[in-house]
Amino acid sequence: MASSTAPAQAFRPHADKPRKLAPIRKHGVLYLLSIPGIVYFLIFKYVPLFGSVIAFQNYSIFSGIWHSPWVGLDQFRRMFDYEDFTRILSNTILIGLYDLVFAFPVPIVLALLINELRLLPYKRIVQTAVYLPHFLSWVIVGGIIINFLSPTTGVVNHVLEQVFGIDAVYFLGDNSYIRTILIGSGIWKDSGWGTIIYLAAIVGINPDLYEAAQMDGAGRLRQVWSVTLPAILPTIAILFLLHIGRFLDFGFERVFIFLNPLNSDNGDIIDTFVYRTGLIDQQYSYTTAIGLFKSVVGLLLVVISNALTRKTTGESLY
Amino acid sequence: MRISAAQRAFNWFNICLLAFISITAVLPFLHVLAQSFSDNVAIDKGDVYLWPVRFTAESYNLIFHDPTVWSSMRNSVVITIGGTFINLAATATLAYALSRQEYRFRKVVLMMVLITLIFQAPLIPNYLLIRNLHLLNTLWALMLPNAISAFNLFVMRSFFMGLPGELIDSGRIDGCGELRMLWSIVLPLSKPVMATMGLIYGVNNWNTFKDAIYYITKNNLIPIQVKLQQMVVDNTLGNSDINSEMAKLLSPEGIKMAVIIVATIPIMMAYPFLQKYFVKGMMVGSIKS
Repeated sequence: MASSTAPAQAFRPHADKPRKLAPIRKHGVLYLLSIPGIVYFLIFKYVPLFGSVIAFQNYSIFSGIWHSPWVGLDQFRRMFDYEDFTRILSNTILIGLYDLVFAFPVPIVLALLINELRLLPYKRIVQTAVYLPHFLSWVIVGGIIINFLSPTTGVVNHVLEQVFGIDAVYFLGDNSYIRTILIGSGIWKDSGWGTIIYLAAIVGINPDLYEAAQMDGAGRLRQVWSVTLPAILPTIAILFLLHIGRFLDFGFERVFIFLNPLNSDNGDIIDTFVYRTGLIDQQYSYTTAIGLFKSVVGLLLVVISNALTRKTTGESLY
Repeated sequence: MRISAAQRAFNWFNICLLAFISITAVLPFLHVLAQSFSDNVAIDKGDVYLWPVRFTAESYNLIFHDPTVWSSMRNSVVITIGGTFINLAATATLAYALSRQEYRFRKVVLMMVLITLIFQAPLIPNYLLIRNLHLLNTLWALMLPNAISAFNLFVMRSFFMGLPGELIDSGRIDGCGELRMLWSIVLPLSKPVMATMGLIYGVNNWNTFKDAIYYITKNNLIPIQVKLQQMVVDNTLGNSDINSEMAKLLSPEGIKMAVIIVATIPIMMAYPFLQKYFVKGMMVGSIKS
């Protein structure tokens, strides 16, 4: 088909307009193939993006987006006036911060330890085991952890009672444990998986560097510190940036599963609040304003940390 | 090379530490398995650790006689098979077009996709869209909104771009149309990447939870993950000592654990393949980006 149309076009007299369209027509199938994907992005990504203007309205489901009254920044003002919002915002920031401080470094350390294993079959077994929890859904992970921590039947409380003689603790019904549970469950689920990228980066290190370090009398620890770590620093920087970009996106599912009225003072985050207030209580415009606020802050965080990382390590996302 | 005593000590320490970590990753699962096959009285007394006590399959018997468990499993199977098919078709077609030099809107479309990665719309506009499309309380709401993951799209595109250009040229000389080229040259060569993507999408579809919470309110349409959440998590409060009698009446621990096992089995069956393909896929992805 392609070879038969090409010479035909050359002889066409008024070829000005057709010549512009000719390449598109020639590969028409390519354009057809791309249509479903493009339509998907337009409908399911761009329509909601433009639909976010309801944050500046007093949206009602009956008047729709075209007839609801515009209220300017009222919804945003309301957001900061509402004292529950400050509590939820500070929860979101604190949980995000704990996640960054405690969960982010774990895969790095784990990857370094796995890399020190010299027995290859053993290394493979360890990797098989630690990748596993990543594939379980948050509901399953939550179910397992809730079972472990149950005050009546949980294994943790049985050990506490029988071995240490401590009374059963209702871990999930207490504001002081919820953040630890949220961060800890994330470490259990995803740290192993997180090592993959670091291990890939470590494999790429030139072995000559280690040889040279050995010649200089560097021990294993020294080699890790002076060869491995600097070599994976760019990877760490990039992943750090990506993590910062998702700082306020701690994840609805994880929190939703562990949240209950007894621990929500410290556990409720923006995502769960938006679900409750927006979807259940139908305060559409107000919660869209909150969501928009979250997206904008996320964008700013990426831009700022990108600039900072570029200055300090020379690495950046764009 | 001689190994110093300190290094040997570290090696052993490291082996033990990683053994401990590996066990921590897997052991909870064995505990759940043991409970699911144990007598509920033994579970309540805390006698069950890693081996079933007073072995019984009663929990499984009970959940398999529960029609709501069956319907939620059926929904999850539909979402996993149908959704993954939609995912692969939509991702592969767009990725293929974007991988070809001849496709003129390459840059515009790539930019369009990239923007959606950086800036995402909040929950409510998404919800209103699904509502206006009349997809609320349909299984479509769990398949269509996530048809293409931008990350997977980029990985697949770079795979297509990595295919040798001579193959495309030779196809053209043989007079292949674009469609023939995709079907009989590109796709057969893309089995590994299609398998990887199929597994990634498949696991995500089986694990779908959030969207079902947002978009599904009818109990006969919920997927297994929501059913599990209703049984296991929803009565965390019921689990407290205040009304533990209630909790026991609602669903005994053994039954909850049996549902967890049932919801995990497909993942476990896929895990050997997951590990094989995923790790490769992740590495390709990370190198390319």
